[in-house]
Amino acid sequence: MPENTYKLPDERGHFGKFGGIFVAETLMPALEELRLAYEAALCDPAFRAEFEYELEHYVGRPSPIYHAKRWSELLGGAQIYLKREDLNHTGAHKINNCIGQALLARRMRKPRVIAETGAGQHGVATATVAARYGMECVVYMGSEDVKRQAANVYRMKLLGARVVPVESGSKTLKDALNEAMRDWVTNIADTFYIIGTVAGPHPYPMMVRDFQSVIGRECLEQMPALAGRQPDAVIACVGGGSNAMGIFYDYIPHGEVKLIGVEAAGHGLESGKHAASLTAGRPGVLHGNRTYLLQDDNGQIIETHSISAGLDYPGVGPEHAWLKDSGRAEYVTITDAEALAGFHALCKYEGIIPALESSHALAYAAKLAPTLGKDKVLLVNLSGRGDKDMHTVAEKSGIQF
Amino acid sequence: MSRIASKFAHLQAQSRKALIPFITAGDPEPGQTVPLMQALVAGGADIIELGVPFSDPMADGPTIQRASERALAYGISLRIVLGMVREFRKHDADTPVVLMGYANPVEAYGVEAFARDAKAAGVDGALIVDYPPEECAEFAATLKAAGLDPIFLLAPTSVEARYAEVGAMGSGYIYYVSLKGVTGSAAIDLDEVARRIPAIREKVGLPVGVGFGVRDAATAARIAAVADAVVIGSRIIEIIEQSPPGEAPARVGEFLRGVRVAMDAKG
Repeated sequence: MPENTYKLPDERGHFGKFGGIFVAETLMPALEELRLAYEAALCDPAFRAEFEYELEHYVGRPSPIYHAKRWSELLGGAQIYLKREDLNHTGAHKINNCIGQALLARRMRKPRVIAETGAGQHGVATATVAARYGMECVVYMGSEDVKRQAANVYRMKLLGARVVPVESGSKTLKDALNEAMRDWVTNIADTFYIIGTVAGPHPYPMMVRDFQSVIGRECLEQMPALAGRQPDAVIACVGGGSNAMGIFYDYIPHGEVKLIGVEAAGHGLESGKHAASLTAGRPGVLHGNRTYLLQDDNGQIIETHSISAGLDYPGVGPEHAWLKDSGRAEYVTITDAEALAGFHALCKYEGIIPALESSHALAYAAKLAPTLGKDKVLLVNLSGRGDKDMHTVAEKSGIQF
Repeated sequence: MSRIASKFAHLQAQSRKALIPFITAGDPEPGQTVPLMQALVAGGADIIELGVPFSDPMADGPTIQRASERALAYGISLRIVLGMVREFRKHDADTPVVLMGYANPVEAYGVEAFARDAKAAGVDGALIVDYPPEECAEFAATLKAAGLDPIFLLAPTSVEARYAEVGAMGSGYIYYVSLKGVTGSAAIDLDEVARRIPAIREKVGLPVGVGFGVRDAATAARIAAVADAVVIGSRIIEIIEQSPPGEAPARVGEFLRGVRVAMDAKG
């Protein structure tokens, strides 16, 4: 796990003015218990060894980096390399974090795990590890999402999880997160809450980042062997921001490598139907931390839109808020239409079906590459595969199954 | 002395305990909030906790979530809530009003502006659920400077080391959340409450109110025997929900009178 000269967050989970612990008193001791257990686990070689063993033998790590030569040539500029998180067991980067947290839950003797999910990817990953370690699993999912993602709901059930539809608020991811928090505060004694992204109260943003940082750490080793050097820029999509933090983290001290996060512009920023919290939001407090939020003038959280359910979240991990304000990373946006074009391009020219989330990062790489020389190198985190998005893409193309 | 402190002093002189009902501003519709507050006072309320609706009420159970959603459907903002308190104050200079809500609407309003405008509207204190003491030293200081009481929660899960910390930062009273879970959860452990209150009172040096899970007069009376105040929220929201249009103030007032009688009865 992390060996890094950049030392954030501070002891109470702050990344500059962002992050922290903004929860009701009832949760404070649980978060303290979690923080202490996590710190102890990090110092335990047996815990680290087991985590690494599972990543290698269960997830299939290290994931390869692939030089998308044909696509790069067609674009006529920088060389695009893809970090293939889509090849992980369960088809995305989410599993890295779930394994880490499930091992921690077992260490803390919590036999029951809960999770929130939007499109269902984190729910499936949580249900997967719960099956693997013999834990009871409850997944909270907005009732709107349950309707839209029937296949993933069935997957979770196959894996032995109970899926609870959430009827409150906008009936989507943020409401599922609220409901999971309510479950946790009620069942603290035997329950571990596996948060799926680098958000939530401390220590979650730090812990999820640490578990996902294996992505960037592998890249640091793989890039010189494959491309002869480190990339000029690392590009990743940002919803909550876990795949981006995972690939950015070890590159933070490498100042010569640009870090670019790609947010979902949905129908366009001016339409108001988007999920670009960093680009178009304002700092505030939600889900236990201070970060950029999409909110109205009265501080109510507003509903977001993205073609990709995994980016459809009104907040963002607090470390991204810090990286933005400090200037270490830059954040850009890609619309639904641009992401779809990126999706089709990778299918057509490289024989890889990417997730719609990852397609945002691909689309930005496709914009950037032609403006750069052929000797420049872009590394894109291909965070997940697109099988789950078949129905969305088909519908956009006017195709019925 | 703040309106809250003098209220507790006055009650103590009479050997009575405070009854603190909670309603969400704007629920069931904005025109009923001030009449509801007045009915609460008529029914025996000593302090009113007025909920500021938020889109993501993470610490609340389904009942108060629904109240928040009904209020938000009317576009109830913090600014409007302050207007309701101003209206209430025109006819009631005596009953303290505590705003209860979440951090984001307050931050969007601006902390300094909130403290100033809340004081001017006649608000007496604020309990921001997702502002634990660790994150809000500045907020608490701003409230105090404006003459408002920052009110904090303690829970059965709180370690005793936190009592003093909360006591140093808070004023007015302490809200002891009597059970694990969200607002409106089922059973309350009265023995646990009775065991905890003396230690809290000693370390915090403030009156202790107990809430979360108080559903009837008998429970309220038993809590009143050990605590300084009884907070009732979800049960009142349920009565509001179940009332025919326009009848919520009368029904809530009637419920509260029963609680008041039970609390004041000398066992």
